[in-house]
Amino acid sequence: MLRNLVPVLTVVLAIVGLWYLAAIWMNATWVYDQAAREGREVMLVDLVTETLHQERPVLPAPHQVAKGLYDGFFGQKVTSKRSLVYHGWVTLSATLLGFVMGSGLGILLAVGIVYNRAMDMSVMPWAIASQTIPILAIAPMIIVVLNSMGVQGIVPKAIISAYLSFFPVVVGMVKGLRAPDGMQLDLLRTYNASGAQTFAKLRLPSSMPYLFASLKVGVAASLVGTIVGELPTGAVAGLGSRLLSGSYYGQTVQIWAALFAAALLAASLVAIIGLAERIVLQRMGLVR
Amino acid sequence: MRGWMKDSAEKAGPVVEARGLDLVFQTADGPVQALKDVNLTIDKGDFVSFIGPSGCGKTTFLRCIAALEHPTGGSLTVNGMTPDEARRKRAYGYVFQAAGLYPWRTIAGNIRLPLEIMGFARDEQNRRVKDVLQLVDLEGFGGKFPWQLSGGMQQRASIARALAFDADILLMDEPFGALDEIVRDRLNEELLKLWARTGKTIGFVTHSIPEAVYLSTKIVVMSPRPGRITDVIESPLPRERPLDIRDSRAFIEIAHRVREGLRAGHGDEM
Repeated sequence: MLRNLVPVLTVVLAIVGLWYLAAIWMNATWVYDQAAREGREVMLVDLVTETLHQERPVLPAPHQVAKGLYDGFFGQKVTSKRSLVYHGWVTLSATLLGFVMGSGLGILLAVGIVYNRAMDMSVMPWAIASQTIPILAIAPMIIVVLNSMGVQGIVPKAIISAYLSFFPVVVGMVKGLRAPDGMQLDLLRTYNASGAQTFAKLRLPSSMPYLFASLKVGVAASLVGTIVGELPTGAVAGLGSRLLSGSYYGQTVQIWAALFAAALLAASLVAIIGLAERIVLQRMGLVR
Repeated sequence: MRGWMKDSAEKAGPVVEARGLDLVFQTADGPVQALKDVNLTIDKGDFVSFIGPSGCGKTTFLRCIAALEHPTGGSLTVNGMTPDEARRKRAYGYVFQAAGLYPWRTIAGNIRLPLEIMGFARDEQNRRVKDVLQLVDLEGFGGKFPWQLSGGMQQRASIARALAFDADILLMDEPFGALDEIVRDRLNEELLKLWARTGKTIGFVTHSIPEAVYLSTKIVVMSPRPGRITDVIESPLPRERPLDIRDSRAFIEIAHRVREGLRAGHGDEM
């Protein structure tokens, strides 16, 4: 444990150090301008303190972001419009719904591709094409179309989120369901097993490691999809709207705090799936 | 027991009967004659080995019996039915070259797999798993996962899996091919005991002359391009065979004849 901790901490410290240097360098222009206007000289000490404590820095210093995060999480009631817990929950709920929809669709499509020749020939090119369309271009259209049909709230965002997350699941599950080799399939043929039995006893268990790997990619993509869905629509809540309002008002600390909150959320979601993966694969005897 | 089986065998007719069997594979490089005019009769209780170089069609013929390949000419019956009917009636257990145990199932779980698919009751499953584990000398290993067992033990488990649903025919495709000589000798000896105890009809594909001679009541020598039978040797050796029978004169003579057959098969190709 300690052996792993040392290199990790070293890297973190190096990044924080570089970040501080970058903050001083990037925020210095403003400090010099300010000093020139007041007709005073800038000492090195002044430069450091003034670059690291601006209200709207070009690049906020790490401690400012940390404070922004702390205020966001613990500085107010979780129901407050300024609470990152509140905005995080709005994003998380749409992400989870989108992830469930996306991975469900992905699994169904994969089963179709593996078992139906017509789908095998036709679905994959469309799935790939769907991912080449910039999500930023299509997200507003999805929301406008759904809105005209009377669908509002969490569902449109979840659909955009599902749109991004189904793809890795399709690819992973197709690979997983096709993982059994000819010999394993022949074996079930000698038992005269039905298609459903082959699926339940062989293909599905074989696909589990692939499924979890693609779910990890999928859940991260889900979060990205939700945040992107919050950006172009003038959403009033969610981490995406926090990013957007931060950039409207030049609140760089707020932007960075929201970014870090999103990163933390993504990391926790991936970690939860990793935990589920460990438990399931251990139960299946696939982890030694 | 043995006598009773002999009687029923005589009444029931041959277990496997091939007449003028042809199989042509259509490949990208044109048709390949995998089997040509194969004639063979396997009776109940026979231990038949198929031996020959790669590409002689020995595995292909075994797969035809199992209805995993479909002949393009001639006739083939298994228990008097077409191979596919026999497969649907679960007439045989098949042992592949690799053990092919599911890594996510325990040894007992793997042996239970065919029983689950065939819809045996839970108690019956447990009873049969216990029985066959004993038969292949793996008692106490039912709860282990495949990776916890050696290669030889895994192959024994795969034989147990093929025996679990008690089909009369056991088809084995180079089951010990990937194992070392010492383990192989042990498993050969155990296989003979198992055969004596169960009275099954066994089809056995091998590369090894001593293995074929030691195990079989009938040795089918095959040669490639096109795959065909060049010699069928009825073994004069007794059914009860200690390992040192391999030093006997009769054994060496049969081995010699097999070797000659293999050489002749290769000769007319060069």
